[in-house]
Amino acid sequence: MLPNASIPEGPIADKWDSHKFNVKLVNPANKRKFKILVVGTGLAGASAAATLAELGYNVEAFTFHDTPRRAHSIAAQGGINAAKNYRNDGDSVHRLFYDTVKGGDYRSREANVYRLAQVSVEIIDQMTAQGVPFAREYGGLLDNRSFGGAQVSRTFYARGQTGQQLLIGAYQQLMRQVGLGKVKLHTQAELLDVVVKDGRAVGIVTRHLTTGQVSSHSGHAVVLATGGYGNVFYLSTNAMTCNVTAAWRAHRKGAYFANPCYTQIHPTCIPASDDFQSKLTLMSESLRNDGRIWVPRDRDDVRSADKIPEAERYYFLEEKYPTFGNLVPRDVASRNAKTVVDEGRGVGPARNGVYLDFSDVLKRDGVKVVEEKYGNLLEMYERITGEDPQKVPMRIYPATHYTMGGLWVDYNLMTNVPGLYSAGEANFSDHGANRLGASALMQGLADGYFVLPATIGNYLTDFLNKPPVSTDDPVFQQAEAGVRDQMNHFLSIGGTHSPEHFHRELGKLVWEYIGMARNESGLQKAIGEIRALRDEFWKDVRVLGTNESLNSSLEKAGRVADFFELAELMARDALTREESCGGHFREEYQDPDGEALRNDDDFAHVSAWGWNDADTPQTEHREKLEFEYVKLTQRSYK
Amino acid sequence: MSKILNLTLQVWRQAGPNKPGTFETYQANGISDDASFLEMLDIVNERLIADNKIPIEFPHDCREGICGTCGVMINGQAHGHERGTATCQLHMRKFSDGDTIVVEPWRAKAFPIVRDLVVDRSPLDAVIAAGGFITAPTGTANDANDIRIPKEVADSAMDAAACIGCGACVAACPNSAGQLFTSAKIWHLNSLPQGQAERYKRTEAMVETMEQFFGSCTNHGECSEACPKEISLDFIAYMNRDYIKAKVKNRRLASQS
Repeated sequence: MLPNASIPEGPIADKWDSHKFNVKLVNPANKRKFKILVVGTGLAGASAAATLAELGYNVEAFTFHDTPRRAHSIAAQGGINAAKNYRNDGDSVHRLFYDTVKGGDYRSREANVYRLAQVSVEIIDQMTAQGVPFAREYGGLLDNRSFGGAQVSRTFYARGQTGQQLLIGAYQQLMRQVGLGKVKLHTQAELLDVVVKDGRAVGIVTRHLTTGQVSSHSGHAVVLATGGYGNVFYLSTNAMTCNVTAAWRAHRKGAYFANPCYTQIHPTCIPASDDFQSKLTLMSESLRNDGRIWVPRDRDDVRSADKIPEAERYYFLEEKYPTFGNLVPRDVASRNAKTVVDEGRGVGPARNGVYLDFSDVLKRDGVKVVEEKYGNLLEMYERITGEDPQKVPMRIYPATHYTMGGLWVDYNLMTNVPGLYSAGEANFSDHGANRLGASALMQGLADGYFVLPATIGNYLTDFLNKPPVSTDDPVFQQAEAGVRDQMNHFLSIGGTHSPEHFHRELGKLVWEYIGMARNESGLQKAIGEIRALRDEFWKDVRVLGTNESLNSSLEKAGRVADFFELAELMARDALTREESCGGHFREEYQDPDGEALRNDDDFAHVSAWGWNDADTPQTEHREKLEFEYVKLTQRSYK
Repeated sequence: MSKILNLTLQVWRQAGPNKPGTFETYQANGISDDASFLEMLDIVNERLIADNKIPIEFPHDCREGICGTCGVMINGQAHGHERGTATCQLHMRKFSDGDTIVVEPWRAKAFPIVRDLVVDRSPLDAVIAAGGFITAPTGTANDANDIRIPKEVADSAMDAAACIGCGACVAACPNSAGQLFTSAKIWHLNSLPQGQAERYKRTEAMVETMEQFFGSCTNHGECSEACPKEISLDFIAYMNRDYIKAKVKNRRLASQS
């Protein structure tokens, strides 16, 4: 059974304020009696850990990196949205709310999204106060840019390094608390199990990555801010070590996994060049503000871009979507790029890309303006491809970038397992079936700074003066033994292929069948092939070395094992959702123009999957989505 | 079109923090020059595993030059010979067929070796924890546009804030000094209006924590040369100026009590 989502009563604009008034509070002197474990130190985790410590809670923060500043939030380039309306262009909390629900193709909770839009405003204030060097105009005021899926300029940015600057801000705030002794920081500590006793989350088990030491940590509540699962595709824009393990081990301990089939394919990445490719690099979507996307009209045209006259270029987004043009949402831009490449119009040596062309803006605004806005992105492109985008158009193609699905949480960000919370990309909450650009940073910080610190007390008050469960308790000992057994098992299989090999093979299946377009027979086939490959993995993986030292193959084996189980659930979720919406495109459900066809009568719900065992498919629980303030329409960006 | 390279690698192998280390030689043949340096190491590792040999541990994560995890000495240079480039952004087209490439971990007393090419850079966190922040607890902020910051000031703060914390500056320095890293953070925060209240306390605390771990600066400038974000040496001068001021100011305060 899915618990109640705890959405407050009342008009949408008042829900968050009245909820904050109605939740139970922990008095300041009592906060230090509660221990909260925060796993992950990206935007959501670092901001949550710092803020909870500022409030007076006893906080332990865990990251598997060598320092909290490495989390993948750091790689976000383009910006962060906020309904500040500094441009006076008609923006408001309600408009950001509306754009986000619409952008998510009407598959998110209205109340959550409204709250997100409300606190977005405070995030910019908070980060500025901390010294984040957001871009400024000559008058000294904050600058904004526009982004896909919106007709207002509400995106704040720090060159092409917005994620880095925000993460460093949150990291510094966290390190201040570490220096003050208010947060105990565990680096190189990878979560390998969530410990549940009497139906409540009471702690975690971690493995120290450089010593192999397995240890237990107990607390009154556990927060998982461990990011998304995009690396299930092997090739993605995620960092190499991004994984689903923390969320997945929580899922295996009872936490529901919601909407796993909602994965976002980002339209502007550098196309893959070869088999050894280890990851794909994203070029910020902000480039779509000024770059124009095209392919040759004639599919046999192999001339270099500068030799193709204007009339023979097919600006497919501008032609199909005159209103939004190159700024259509990510899912629409990605699918259209796939369509033209599938039609044989792809460009580049492997004919697997489309052009993103800056020649018009270079002519209009000059080199200096373009470099000011996009300097480091253009440079990054040149480093990777050896081509200068100011001379030759960039080649781009969609790649997996973000995952909207994740652990099911209620309005308080608590999973269905009491005491277990999830924040940031790790939860499913705010983006529906598709996330708008510059909204991930917003959500991570909203959850960590403003939502979780306000809601977690409501759960804790019942445990006042009750110490956390001892790590000597048998539940911890069993969990530790399970982790040790798995490590030893990997080392003893002695097969023929590396974990990397299996990950790459799995990624090919997921991209082929559960990628940008899905259909029933492909998904059925995927389930069978994923299972077969998973069986082979468990028989044939080769992990060398020992547990008692840094061993990245061993770490990887555990993560790949979880990706196998997740991939199967993604296929099952995609199969069950007989409609197209946002990042989930089922070929059977499209209109004559090839646009996604939703089925609001049967599928306006969240699918939250409950674990059974490794051989029995998960059980689906449905949370109906109610829309009172946004009218459900076919999204149109024409 | 891509070319194929045959390379000889000499890689530092060390089984653990207090274990002896040595250079091992590996042939890396048939490497496409479209591969990144780390993808070349991936290929070598896959071949080692196929031969039942323990793969090389090397630091890496985002592979976009922003997380600061990666970094090795390549032919004696931190992050290799291409300026302003982190190891993960270095591509094999910058090498030639037949090259011998020597790959070592960062060498600095403050960064003990964990295994092979991986080192422990936690002293950098200690420097930040000592004062590399602006005290602004959640909920206390005014409207972001209340403080006007001249564009030039914001840009200069951003130049300093671009540091990715990789530690190449320390590795490149003959004294293993931490000045470039520390001064970049000090200048980022000290140059902004929000950072003024704690300016001198911050400078003093960060510099003195830095000195507990790292060597002294003798103005070689190797740090800035090696920096993948090309952080300017000027920040070190600004830091020294503020440190002297901090000592004077704080003495005055002390003499008043």
